[in-house]
Amino acid sequence: MTPDNDRYTHTAVALHWLMAVLLVGLFAVGLYMTGLKLSPQKLQIYSWHKWAGVTLFLLALARLAWRLGHRPPAPPATMPRWQHVAAEGTHHLLYVLMLAIPLTGWLMSSAKGFQTVWFGVLPLPDLLAKDEALGELLAGAHKALNLGLAALVLGHVGAALKHHFIDRDGVLARMLPFLRSH
Amino acid sequence: MKRHILAAALLGLGLATQAGAVEYARFQPEQSRVEFTSKQMGVAVDGRFRKFDVQLAFDPAKPTAASARIDIALASIDAGSKDADDEVAGKQWFDLKAFPTASFVATGVKALGGDRYEAVGKISIKGRTQDAVLPFTVKHDGRLATFDGSLVVKRLDFAVGEGAWADVGTVANEVQVKFRIVAAAR
Ligand code: HEM
Ligand code: HEM
Repeated sequence: MTPDNDRYTHTAVALHWLMAVLLVGLFAVGLYMTGLKLSPQKLQIYSWHKWAGVTLFLLALARLAWRLGHRPPAPPATMPRWQHVAAEGTHHLLYVLMLAIPLTGWLMSSAKGFQTVWFGVLPLPDLLAKDEALGELLAGAHKALNLGLAALVLGHVGAALKHHFIDRDGVLARMLPFLRSH
Repeated sequence: MKRHILAAALLGLGLATQAGAVEYARFQPEQSRVEFTSKQMGVAVDGRFRKFDVQLAFDPAKPTAASARIDIALASIDAGSKDADDEVAGKQWFDLKAFPTASFVATGVKALGGDRYEAVGKISIKGRTQDAVLPFTVKHDGRLATFDGSLVVKRLDFAVGEGAWADVGTVANEVQVKFRIVAAAR
């Protein structure tokens, strides 16, 4: 194991935790806001959700670009091959969802006739014309992908905790540097 | 056959000689539109009214003698989403039970040159009446006249959107109302 490839870069770690916090927050806000009765507050929360969602999309792109130049560390030698494959598959799928969820959100907003204007300043083009049925369909897709993300993250967190407390192979410390003992 | 052509020619002539004195007064609802754009959180959201009635008489030769009245059935609103349609029916918005229609009544028309005109009149919404100036253009071909115009209505002047909705940071005070009215010659 080469010293500079047994851990994630600080940038990768920072992006991981920043996005994890934002994603959990945005997920909760999404579930909460859809149940609200129409009010100025609801319109505000919807806008904030959309702005934060677009921000996450850009962060995901930045993270993937960073990852191209800074490969993730190789798995610990003690890790069985199936676990490595599963972990890698999960990570790839998480990246796909981190892009697909905001994309469906954006398209849904266009189809529902509510353009997305990032922080009220930068209008994103409406790639779809207003179409109520399509809007509903995309809202369903947005929700389904979100539920998929939630399930995947639960598995991901479970695996991280198992590695830390049962396998004790240092995998969690690769992403949580303060756990490292040096 | 010859007789038909002759008849058609005479009819055409008749129409042509009348052209100076046509009055457009038969409202064509299928070709007419009343649309509006509001701003929610800085984002333009389009809406329209599906049902409205127009009474008008416009003679291009005597525009200042024109008269017009538009009555909008507010319940026919499409405010952009089902939620919004339900919301604006309520007391804080249009209060449809008490005030089902909004109207514009022209009290005078000014010619601004070319095909541009200005109707001065009164807008009534939700029991409140305000003076309004409605600029419009007219295109006509002897058979149909198309009136296109738009104006900005300040919703709070009419108490549309009260309570928490009075916050213009969320839904702007200014609502752009656009209309296209088509009328056939009498
Ligand atoms: C990674 C980013 C995002 C996450 C985690 C996320 C999460 C969620 C969740 C959990 C819901 C609730 C689904 C439901 O119960 O129906 C939701 C709803 C919604 N999201 Fe997102 N979202 C994200 C990005 C976006 C973006 C970028 C937009 C738009 C530009 C957007 C627009 C919406 C809208 C409009 C709804 C409400 C749908 C409805 O009223 O049925 N989201 N989101
Ligand atoms: C919304 C929440 C989360 C998302 C979307 C997420 C996503 C990801 C992704 C995409 C990777 C792969 C990084 C790469 O190789 O480029 C990763 C790695 C990792 N994540 Fe998360 N994560 C989340 C939350 C968490 C939490 C709560 C924990 C800890 C309890 C955690 C622990 C880890 C660890 C230890 C790694 C490194 C795995 C390895 O070294 O192979 N993650 N995460």
